[in-house]
Amino acid sequence: MWSRRQGLLRSAGCGVEELRRRRREREAALRKARREQQLVSKRLLRDETPEEAEGECVAAILGEAEMSNLSSGGAVVSYIIQQFLRLAHRGTEEKERERALFSLRRGLQHSETQKTFIRLEGSMRTLVGLLTSNQALLQLEAARCLHELSHSEHSVVAEACLPATSYLLTYLSGHSSEFIELCLYTLGNLIVESEVVRRQLLPQGIIPAMAACMQSPHLPVLEALGYALSQLLQAKEAPENIIPSVLGSTLPQHMLQLLQPGPKLNPGIAVEFAWCLHYIICSQVNNALLITHGALSTLGLLLLDLAGAVQRTENAGLELLACPVLRCLSNLLTEAAVETIDGQMQHGDERILAALFILLQFFFEKQPSLLPEGLWLLNNLTANSPSFCTSLLSLDLTEPLLKLLPVSNVVSVLVLTVLCNVAEKGPAYCQHLWPGPLLSSLLDMLALSDTEVVGQSLELLQLLFLYRPEAGHAFMQQSGLQALERHKEEAQLQDRVHALQQKALHG
Amino acid sequence: MQLPPAVPARLAGASGAAEPLAVERDPRAGSAPFLFAARRLHFPRDHAFFEEGDVQRHLYLQDVLAQVTECPERPRVPEFACQVAGCCRVFDTLGDYEHHYHVLHDNVCSFCKRAFPSGQLLDTHILEWHDALFQLLAQRQDMYQCLVEGCTEKFRTSGDRREHLVRSHLYPPDFRFDRPRKGRGPATALQSAEAPVEAGEEAEGDAMEVCPEPSASRRTPGHRVPPAVCFGQGASRGFKSSKRTGKRQ
Repeated sequence: MWSRRQGLLRSAGCGVEELRRRRREREAALRKARREQQLVSKRLLRDETPEEAEGECVAAILGEAEMSNLSSGGAVVSYIIQQFLRLAHRGTEEKERERALFSLRRGLQHSETQKTFIRLEGSMRTLVGLLTSNQALLQLEAARCLHELSHSEHSVVAEACLPATSYLLTYLSGHSSEFIELCLYTLGNLIVESEVVRRQLLPQGIIPAMAACMQSPHLPVLEALGYALSQLLQAKEAPENIIPSVLGSTLPQHMLQLLQPGPKLNPGIAVEFAWCLHYIICSQVNNALLITHGALSTLGLLLLDLAGAVQRTENAGLELLACPVLRCLSNLLTEAAVETIDGQMQHGDERILAALFILLQFFFEKQPSLLPEGLWLLNNLTANSPSFCTSLLSLDLTEPLLKLLPVSNVVSVLVLTVLCNVAEKGPAYCQHLWPGPLLSSLLDMLALSDTEVVGQSLELLQLLFLYRPEAGHAFMQQSGLQALERHKEEAQLQDRVHALQQKALHG
Repeated sequence: MQLPPAVPARLAGASGAAEPLAVERDPRAGSAPFLFAARRLHFPRDHAFFEEGDVQRHLYLQDVLAQVTECPERPRVPEFACQVAGCCRVFDTLGDYEHHYHVLHDNVCSFCKRAFPSGQLLDTHILEWHDALFQLLAQRQDMYQCLVEGCTEKFRTSGDRREHLVRSHLYPPDFRFDRPRKGRGPATALQSAEAPVEAGEEAEGDAMEVCPEPSASRRTPGHRVPPAVCFGQGASRGFKSSKRTGKRQ
């Protein structure tokens, strides 16, 4: 499964540098989109069949017509499209009709052709007619045309596909796996397009249709379903309009089943449904329900499984699944319902901690930008749990934790917060924090200028001095007071700096 | 970042928690000017904290791109023919064949040979078109079931159901899998069963295609078919026209 994805990352004829540059550009664009809360991505299924020669001709012709600066360029494209449509619709020979539609599909890979197509009167109606014809291969080609249109980044093109949605949904209850997969990816692309689309799809019964589709034994169908559902759940209006219906259906139980670790776990499918769960959980609509369905237990076991995969170095793309799992666990732990259930999380199962640190080490090496997410879970595990804090100490995890401090300010603050969780539980805990490397790390942190990092360091120092006075003495001896001096003018820090200085001096 | 060897060993071990050390808090801890209180954090969906992970997720989505030069799951195979009696269509990919089979030979009504996209629609069709008992019951109670998965509404007539589909479910008014049955009763049903349409025939006249203009040449010669008509019992079906030689190769 993972190897398929890896293969798709390579584009034919692109150098490594070019790929890297493209990836950086896309990352920057995505970051910007996210900050503007406009993060929209679509998936495209396209297999390049050997009937390329003909397709290339078509694409070339259409491309030239578009490029032509003559005002007739657009007219030429319209004409060509109309010819293909007419042939597909009215042709007498089956193969001829299929070829015409195939050529049209090739043309529709181009944005200008798409726009011309939707502006042609009756074109969508004809396409929908072909989609619902009972000539199987015509149907398939028509669906592929629709899929190309759904992938457009222009709303007007995607929204032009609306007349087809009731049929796409009807086809979800069929049996032809390739066709259903195509319909699902198309639906997923349309869903993410706009609220207009979703406001049509919801009354058309998309949620029950998806719930029924979960019964499919075909793995590509399930992955496509996960994709489409994740797009639905990502919508802005999801917490009010979508998530309650999803929670009321059989989808949550099936989702959790697909996330059960074991030989049947399919990473591609699990990724999609883990993200679905994340969107549901972080919206806080009814997480108690998910907890009663065993979400915490399933996700906890999955975490163990992921750590195992890291150890077996079967970890290509593993962070894609680890990220939503960590998020789900962290957010679920904040639910009041957690207190009432039995489970590894509640009882401080040490394997959970071990698994988390194995993942942290993996992130440190492969994807440091995901360290905050792992540390967030660590915070939520240790905050109210003497058991987890004890395990952290007994498994000697303080030092590895400190190794993460230099990564970034966000990471530093989280590491220090976790250590505060441990230290605040009293002298028995602080006894294990010093003597040790902690103090010199704290002194290093005091040399920085980030207010939040320094502030959290001060908090930790206070706890340490309170419960382990000898640490205070050692602090003094290592020029701690001077280190504090640096920050005595900083508004957010000065009171705490002063208090610490007093404590250090007067005990 | 080295992990102590006890850690991977612990992962492989049995589930179990550490005996917690004694907790003993001093009231001065975290008191002003200090702020710290141990607590679990929650982040809502749009929080900036999620930016990195979200960007990675979307990079993953976007990488499933058109650059794939071959799709290993759809291999070409030597040409083979559909095995259903009377169908000679040939294929060179399994996916194409699967789809052909499901469209034409699966969920086929044994009375009138129409094919349906799902078992559910086939069942509904048989009930509404070929079941005498249904016709009787429908005279007294609401029997026409809504076609949308999950909707349990029933209606007295198919017209009422059509209106419900359009109004409540935003379906197109000419939804092709909801053709009202033309004909007045069991007698007509029998009549249709006699019409010899072979399995595997691509029944073109079926109300599955919408032509902006009727193409009279493919139907029974001289018979102009108005576009909005449903092809109920007795109407001309898309019998194999002599022109359609393409299939018999």
